Amino acid sequence: MNLHEYQSKQLFREYGIAVPEGILVDTPEAAVRAAEKLGGDLWAIKAQVHAGGRGKAGGVKFARSMDEVHRYTAEMLGTRLVTHQSGAEGLPVNLVYVEFGSSIDRELYLSMLVDREVSQISFIASEAGGMDIEQVADDTPEKIVTASVVAACGIQSYQVRELADGLNLDKSQSRQFAELLSNIYRLFQECDASLVEVNPLIVTKGGDVVALDAKITIEENALFRQERLVKMRDVSQENAAEWEAEENGLNYVSLDGNIACMVNGAGLAMATMDLIKLHGGQPANFLDVGGGATVDRVATAFKIIMANENVTAILINIFGGIVRCDLIAEGIITAVREIGVTCPVVVRLEGTNVEKGKVLLAESKLDIITADDLTDAALKVITASEC
Amino acid sequence: MSILINKESRIICQGITGNQGSFHTQKCLEYGSQVVAGVNPGRGGEKHLGLPIFNTMREAVNQTGARVSMIYVPAPFAADAILEAADSGIELVVCITEGIPVLDMVKVKSALRSVDCRLIGPNCPGIITPKECKIGIMPGFIHMKGDIGVVSRSGTLTYEAVYQTTQNGLGQSTCVGIGGDPVRGMGFIDCLALFQNDPQTKGVVMVGEIGGTEEEEAAAYIQSEISKPVVAYIAGVTAPAGKRMGHAGAIIAGGKGSAEDKFKALDAAGVATVRSPAELGQMMLQLVKD
Repeated sequence: MNLHEYQSKQLFREYGIAVPEGILVDTPEAAVRAAEKLGGDLWAIKAQVHAGGRGKAGGVKFARSMDEVHRYTAEMLGTRLVTHQSGAEGLPVNLVYVEFGSSIDRELYLSMLVDREVSQISFIASEAGGMDIEQVADDTPEKIVTASVVAACGIQSYQVRELADGLNLDKSQSRQFAELLSNIYRLFQECDASLVEVNPLIVTKGGDVVALDAKITIEENALFRQERLVKMRDVSQENAAEWEAEENGLNYVSLDGNIACMVNGAGLAMATMDLIKLHGGQPANFLDVGGGATVDRVATAFKIIMANENVTAILINIFGGIVRCDLIAEGIITAVREIGVTCPVVVRLEGTNVEKGKVLLAESKLDIITADDLTDAALKVITASEC
Repeated sequence: MSILINKESRIICQGITGNQGSFHTQKCLEYGSQVVAGVNPGRGGEKHLGLPIFNTMREAVNQTGARVSMIYVPAPFAADAILEAADSGIELVVCITEGIPVLDMVKVKSALRSVDCRLIGPNCPGIITPKECKIGIMPGFIHMKGDIGVVSRSGTLTYEAVYQTTQNGLGQSTCVGIGGDPVRGMGFIDCLALFQNDPQTKGVVMVGEIGGTEEEEAAAYIQSEISKPVVAYIAGVTAPAGKRMGHAGAIIAGGKGSAEDKFKALDAAGVATVRSPAELGQMMLQLVKD
C-alpha cells in the first residue's frame, strides 16, 4: 500500500526526520493561504499522486509569487498526471502539497527496503540524488553504497560511517545523517514498511540534512496490525477493478489484451496468460480466484472481467486438487446463468472428478467450450476471441 | 530414497484444530503420513482427529519424538509458531500459512541461521514424497512414485508439472513447493543440491516465477554443480512491472525479476527451458531418455 508524499512526511516528522514545512491543499485559494503562512519567497507546488517521476511530468513546480502559487495549483488540481510510472491513463490529482522552498547545496539518494536476496533490510545510498536510482545502478554502480542490517543487531556504527563516507558528508552532516538513519530504521520496522525512499535527500546551503521527498510503501501482509496507516489509503490512486477484486478476496491485475482469464492459483494464472500470448493471443487480465472457486467467487470474477469492454472471450483454467471439478463446473454454470455472460467461454478443467465436471458443462446447454489440456484451451480461446 | 521426508517421518501439526489445519491434517493422514500429534495453546490434553493435542511444541516433541512440523497457524501468529518449532528440536518446518508479514520473516530467517532447522515456505503447498508422506495441501492422487524431483514457487502450477510427469509415466521422487513469498525458507539451490545427492532422482523440474533473482542464482548453480537433467519454466512473461501478481514475491521491481531475464540466465547456463508450461513433462521425459 502506497502513501502520498504528504502522508510520508507526516510520519517522518513523527519520527524526528527533518522535512521542509508544508501544507496540504485542495483549492488554489488554500494554496495561496498556505504559501502566505509558510512565508519566504519560493514554494514548491507538488501534485500528490502515487507515482514517481512527477518533476519531469509537470507535477512539481516552483512558484516565486502568489500568482504563480495560485496558477500552478489551479493547473494541477482536477487533472490526471501522466508520469513514466503512472501508466498511460495517469493518476488523478486531487490534492496538492505546498512546501517551503529549500536552498539546496547537494542532492543525495537514500532508500531502505526488504532485500529479498539476503532476506534482510538494506539501506541504499548514493551521491547521485534526484535521479532514477535504477539508471544510476546501471550507469555508475560505483556511486551506490549499500548496507544490510542483521535483524537481531540493528544498524551498526560502522555501517553508518560507510554510508556517510559514500555520500561525502562532513562531520556535522554525518552526525545528522546517523540520527536520520536510526529514525528511518525505527519507522520502517514500526510501520511495517517494505520501502522508504528519500529522493532527493538534500544538504541545504546551511548544512542541514533534510528529506526533500518521501515515499513510503506499507507491506500488504502487515496491514492487519497497522490500522492507523490503513486509514491513509487513497483508493482514487488505484485501479477501480483491481480494488473491487481485492475487496472480494480476488487477485486481479488488468492488462491491455482481449482474452480474459480466470484461474485458480497465482502461478497457474500467470502461466495461462503466458500461454495465450505464446500462441498469438493477448491476455486481458490476471485473475486468481483462489483454491475455493465457489459460485460466489466465480460470479464476482465474471462481473469484474465483463466490466472490461475489450474482452471478447474468456478462458477458465482450473486445476481441481482438493476441490472437486464437478463442484467447480456447477459454480461456473450458475455464474454464467446469473450474470448472463455474452462472450464465448472456454473451460479447461483438470483434477478430481474431471469427467463429471465436463458432463455437467456439456449438459448445461450453455455456450461453453470445453478444452482437454492447456494448449488446447489456449488455441480454442484464441479462435473464439476472433469470431 | 527421496529428499527431506519419507515414510518414517513423524509429524506434529501446529494449528491442527483450525479449519484448514483440521481438514488438511485429515487428508495427510488418509494419504498415510505419520502425523502423530497436534499443538494448540490452551487445548493440551484434548484429542483431535484421534491425535493427542499439546499446549507447546516442546511438550509435543518430548512426548512423541517427532522431528517434522506442519504449520497452519494464522498469519499474525505464524512466525512465532516457526520459531517455537525450531527451538523445540524440530529439524524440518513446513509452513503453509499465507500472508505472514515480511518483517516477521526477516526476523525468523535471522534466527534460523543459528539453529539446525530447515524451513519450507511459508505461503506454499508443502512437500510430498509419493506413496510415503504428504505434508501440506497438495492433492495426493495426482502424484506417482518415480524419478523426478519437482521444486516450485507456485502451488497449482506445481500440480501441472506433477500431473504431466505422472501422465508420461516418470513419476516423482519428492516435490517441494518452496512458496511465493519474497523472504522464505529453503530455496531452489537448497533443493537442487538435495536432489543431486538423491540416487532415486533422475531429473529435476524447476518452476519459477517473476520476482527476485533466485532463478538466476539457481542457473549458475546448476551449471557448476548439477549433473542431472533440469527442465525449467518461469511464469509471468506477460506480467507488467511493478504489479504484485497474486504471490507477495511475484513482482518485477527495481529493474529486477522479469521472466525474460530468468529465461536468459537459465538458457545461458545450458538448462533446458520450456516456454509453455504444457511442455514440462514431455521435455523431462526426452532428457531422461537421453
